[in-house]
Amino acid sequence: MPGFPQAAPVEGLVGGLLIGLAAAIMLLGNGRIAGVSGLFARALGISPGQTPRQLALAFIIGLPIGAGLVELVVGVNANFPAPAYLLIAGAIVGFGTQLGSGCTSGHGICGLSRLSKRSIFATLTFMSAGVITVTMMRLLGLSP
Amino acid sequence: MTRENLLALLSGVLFGAGLAISGMIDPARVRAFLDVTGNWDPTLAFVMGGALLPMAIAWQILKRSPKTLASNSFPSTSNVDWRLISGAAIFGIGWGIGGICPGPGVAALAVQPMSALLFVLAMAVGMRIHSLIFPARSASRA
Repeated sequence: MPGFPQAAPVEGLVGGLLIGLAAAIMLLGNGRIAGVSGLFARALGISPGQTPRQLALAFIIGLPIGAGLVELVVGVNANFPAPAYLLIAGAIVGFGTQLGSGCTSGHGICGLSRLSKRSIFATLTFMSAGVITVTMMRLLGLSP
Repeated sequence: MTRENLLALLSGVLFGAGLAISGMIDPARVRAFLDVTGNWDPTLAFVMGGALLPMAIAWQILKRSPKTLASNSFPSTSNVDWRLISGAAIFGIGWGIGGICPGPGVAALAVQPMSALLFVLAMAVGMRIHSLIFPARSASRA
């Protein structure tokens, strides 16, 4: 992509369409929102909810199966942060997604496509918070 | 396995494959998207665009066939409160620190097992802390 040599617009678009198709199957087939944070908490029995636990668990187990298949066939690049960053980030993400009732999938994809006012506000908020956090970390010289 | 659970599994598999193909399973790429004033990588915007298209169509289909899924109640769309905004802000900070949101974190269990497991366990702890602080909160997700 001109100006952004590291960008992968085609892979992004193809992968994005698959994600949207997956969420559409969940919505039209099961009448459920494919929100990963909510389904994860439900699968682990952390949060109550109307979604059956087995259904949530089936979706959550599918995620690494799908990613593992792609890894086997074409290989996957994944540069993960150091353990301390993983633990801090994980705990904050877990708490925040429960308090805010959703993450990138629930609010960012399922909610935005429905033009939900809640999801529009949530997505603008977590995107902004993410941009500020990454920018501040770069200025402070912190690289996970 | 029931039809519902099989569809959920299929959805999860496609979702995980999409995360891997799109590069969103790579925390460095996600952080590069959030680094708008640095060496910006716009890929995540293409992923969002690609994902929104089938879902926008799906919501329209759902609207035109209200009977089939009428038994399900979907989350509120209008009630913007302090929990939503502060929760989203906290999530965004954690997302920025690690470059990992819940979907890629779980999907990466098959790609970077040790790292992903640390993240996922910490995420479960964070969720549990939330449920201890706000025990009475009923589920209205997304």
